[in-house]
Amino acid sequence: MQPKYVIGVIVLLSGTAAPFIISTYELSLLGRFLALSILAMGIMLTWGEAGILSLGQGVFFGLGGYCLALHLKLEGLNLANGDMPDFMVWSGVSKLPAFWYPFASPIFSLVCVVIVPGTFAAVFSWLVFRRRVGGVYFALITQALALAFSTLLISQQAYTGGFNGLTDYSTMFGESITTTGAAKVIYWITFVLVVGAYFFLRWLLASRYGMMLRATRDGENRVRFLGYDPVPYKVIAFSIAAMLAGVGGALFTLHAGVVSPALVGVVPSIEMVVWVAVGGRNILWGAIAGTLLVNFAKDLISSALPSLWLYGLGTIFIISVSFLPAGIAGIFRAGSSEDRIVRRFLTRRKLSSAE
Amino acid sequence: MQESAYLLGQVFNGFSVASLFILAALGLALSFGLMRVINMAHGEMLMLGGYLAYMTLQVVPGPLGILAAMPVAFLGAAILGGILEWSVIHRLSARPLDTLLATWGVSLVLQQAARNMFGAIGVEVVAPTWLNHTVSVDSGFFKGLDLPFTRIFILIVAALVLGGIALVLNKTRLGLYVRAVNQDRPTAAAMGVNARRIDLLVFALGTGVAGLAGVILALLGPVTPTVGQSYIVPAFLVVILGGLGSLVGTTIVSIIIGLFTALIEIFVDVSVAQVLLLVFVILFIQIRPQGVISIRTRALEG
Amino acid sequence: MVQRNVTPLVFTNRNSAANAATIGRFLMSLKKIGFAAALLAGTILTTATGARADGTVKVGVLQSLSGTMAISEVPLEDAELLAISQINASGGLLGKQIVPVEEDGASDPSTFAQKATKLIEEDKVVTVFGGWTSSSRKAMLPVFERLHNLLWYPVQFEGNECSPNIMYSGAQPNQQALPALTWAEEKGYKSYFLLGSDYVYPRTANLILKKHIAHDGMTLSGEQYVPLGGTDFSSIIAQIQQTKPDIIINTLNGDSNVSFFKQMAAAGLTPDKLPVMSFSIAEPEAKAMGPSLLAGSYTSWNYFQSLPGATNASFVDAYKAKYGADAVVDDPMVHGYVDVYEWAAAVKKANTFDPKAVRNAAVALGFEDSPLGSVKFAGDQSMVQTGYIGELQPDGQFKVIWQSPGAIQPEPYDPLTFPGKSCKLHTSF
Repeated sequence: MQPKYVIGVIVLLSGTAAPFIISTYELSLLGRFLALSILAMGIMLTWGEAGILSLGQGVFFGLGGYCLALHLKLEGLNLANGDMPDFMVWSGVSKLPAFWYPFASPIFSLVCVVIVPGTFAAVFSWLVFRRRVGGVYFALITQALALAFSTLLISQQAYTGGFNGLTDYSTMFGESITTTGAAKVIYWITFVLVVGAYFFLRWLLASRYGMMLRATRDGENRVRFLGYDPVPYKVIAFSIAAMLAGVGGALFTLHAGVVSPALVGVVPSIEMVVWVAVGGRNILWGAIAGTLLVNFAKDLISSALPSLWLYGLGTIFIISVSFLPAGIAGIFRAGSSEDRIVRRFLTRRKLSSAE
Repeated sequence: MQESAYLLGQVFNGFSVASLFILAALGLALSFGLMRVINMAHGEMLMLGGYLAYMTLQVVPGPLGILAAMPVAFLGAAILGGILEWSVIHRLSARPLDTLLATWGVSLVLQQAARNMFGAIGVEVVAPTWLNHTVSVDSGFFKGLDLPFTRIFILIVAALVLGGIALVLNKTRLGLYVRAVNQDRPTAAAMGVNARRIDLLVFALGTGVAGLAGVILALLGPVTPTVGQSYIVPAFLVVILGGLGSLVGTTIVSIIIGLFTALIEIFVDVSVAQVLLLVFVILFIQIRPQGVISIRTRALEG
Repeated sequence: MVQRNVTPLVFTNRNSAANAATIGRFLMSLKKIGFAAALLAGTILTTATGARADGTVKVGVLQSLSGTMAISEVPLEDAELLAISQINASGGLLGKQIVPVEEDGASDPSTFAQKATKLIEEDKVVTVFGGWTSSSRKAMLPVFERLHNLLWYPVQFEGNECSPNIMYSGAQPNQQALPALTWAEEKGYKSYFLLGSDYVYPRTANLILKKHIAHDGMTLSGEQYVPLGGTDFSSIIAQIQQTKPDIIINTLNGDSNVSFFKQMAAAGLTPDKLPVMSFSIAEPEAKAMGPSLLAGSYTSWNYFQSLPGATNASFVDAYKAKYGADAVVDDPMVHGYVDVYEWAAAVKKANTFDPKAVRNAAVALGFEDSPLGSVKFAGDQSMVQTGYIGELQPDGQFKVIWQSPGAIQPEPYDPLTFPGKSCKLHTSF
């Protein structure tokens, strides 16, 4: 057996067995970071493979998280009786807003977790890409989107819980989600979805579609000259990334027990890119590894030395994008043919990708 | 105050906000036009300007301290910008997205440095008393209109900066080189223009303007490690809509966005106005994706 | 609930012993990085949690040491640590020394929830002092209820909550916002302009104020919100000029206050021409913004540094001795300090560290001689305390110009705004 298969089997086995090995608290950390890594794989798809840098992935993360949280807030309430989530009372709302009602169904919520971010991303990116706006422009527009979205969430307190976000959940499908047993189940669901997303993206990137995506990244106009329209490829990639972010957001909400605008704004959205930059933008497992590494490091360092953490985060980011464009994963892969192609692409002197 | 005066007051406020956008975005637009890179640490140049103003006022107190602070802030920010261009941006110039991310890392480091040096709390820059009075209309159709002199002063500064940059670009040899590199970098380089040096100079000029803007912003708000962040996203939007490095485009878009926010805030609150601004930007792209003013260039795509 | 400006983010104001301790903890924690790496590599390390040595008891101190809230929460944490070290110096509690376990909430609610879980499950703390924003408290509430622990929350907030697992020592709306309105009405102000940052506390406080303004026959001349960190007030000032209110009730947060007061001054509207009553400007903000900008404006709190009394003087002196002669203290800090003492008194009364017994002992336990005067916890686990109105003096301190006729009973649910709601004392824990 090749070494990489051995490593893969070990990772799968230890990931599956983790709830029996590590403490409840460590499991909750691992679970929430794995949820984030689903989002990170989406960034790898758009940024690494399609060359679309989004500084607004927090928006889709938030959409997924809120879609689930709306349901969790309604669980156990008697809607026919006029019950409302607590925050609406002190926000001066007298009746549950209409758009909340469908979320009483868990199935509807779970579908929305995927569909809402995906659809929104598709419409948004189509509007932008079809006018051949991309590159730096797209990055900045998505950043403005992150700002607008978090501002809107905060300002519509009566409908969204405002700055506090949505928290204090108890059950889903009638089962408690706060017990230790439930935590293990949620962890396993997360783990399965991470593995599933990993193999789905592997398959996708190896397909003809993946090839077209890379071609679009490396020479969008050349793709056009060859008679292809790059827009659908980019829109699909961006939507898939948004759906992954939505799934990650929903899982994170389950693990953390809270979803709030603090997770969806400008700074969290850029931090998401940091994870992938550190791990490796062109290598799927690098995105997962980077997410786990940066988040565990943050958890350990930021409490003891908060100042050092911010210097460290900034410096790591500068160094990884400047000198290690393939990230940590790239170190293990140096010399492979794929890596050489990536390097050639990255170091080629070209001036305008902003177009 | 009459309705008409209130409305005119809002139009004035729109221009006042526009003048802030011009000052904050001008430097970005200049270097973006030339090098196609976005400097995410541009906001921290505003911040630096604010802190330099604070320090200048410690040395030169009194009514004219603020005027002394402007050249100091300009030079200080230009020097830091030059170092940034030379050390990071120039090395990444082939990769605009990576430049953007690397400069975000720089901005984090600069913010934390300011925090450690001056405290997270911010410092106080007091506007001189000669700025603190209002120009009032006492009679006529616009009776009751009060215009703060501070804002008129900022409008004047913005106009002077715009005029100065336009003069440099259109009347000097440096400006000629900048336009040449802007239009066709390889040919300009072949003609003996040192494009590297032009990049460095324009970038430093751009960050210098940001430093100057930081002094102005200190008159209206706090000077804190994160002050730049509050202005930077609208400044990016101005750059997107303005067209590549166009002075006229930057000015027009700043005025459009300034008026848009000021007038829409008559009807909706500030949070909603921010969302509507983004919708406006996306709609605008549908009509003119190349920005208000598009400069013809021979660069297509690498 | 409010974000404010105080001391530098990091360790500049801490003693070197604390520094050494944090660095030591950091080095310890580096070992744990192995956890992430090990899992990736496919080998598993189990991490042992340190067993509690005899003679000590652990408590959690959970504030934001990084992010936007650090400027407010670091001094609050300092005040909490001061109280802990004072108790330790005087012989500890039930024969044990108190060991504070510090964690960083990073200004993010989900991090607060995560760290609270860690403190209770991993560090086995007997209670936690912490939180500032309502969002952090809301996120921690389910954790404390699920793990049966007790949180001491020291900041004034919007009410509408009562959990058996939280002791609320900060003001309820009827102890800060409503006394301010009473004072303003007594002063003869008729029309009110409500201005706030766009988040939970200002909106809920203003909801309550609007009900009372209407009920008392006053007029509301305007209500505006700006996003957190907002800097442009030109449109709002134009509206203020147009509607000409008698007084502005200001619930703006942090840096926005600087922008607001500067732009008001530029428009010729200084506090002596148009009075402003602020709910989130205290001594540290006044010091940071410069008294010249604010002199003559009003605030409403349950504590001012300038309050008389020997206990307050010794608290202020102890704080300055530890954190620098130019340090100032404010309402949330003193509440954090008092919380620790209330907890210690309740532990002594209950003769155990068990959170439930401590909670039961703390209710109705008086603290006669605290820095903010005589206080106690009511049956709803909120604090009974006096409301003060202060006017900012040119030296940066507040002069108390009005005080409520006595200590005010806390009302988590304002009867006028939320009729029929009340805080039932939960006995389930």
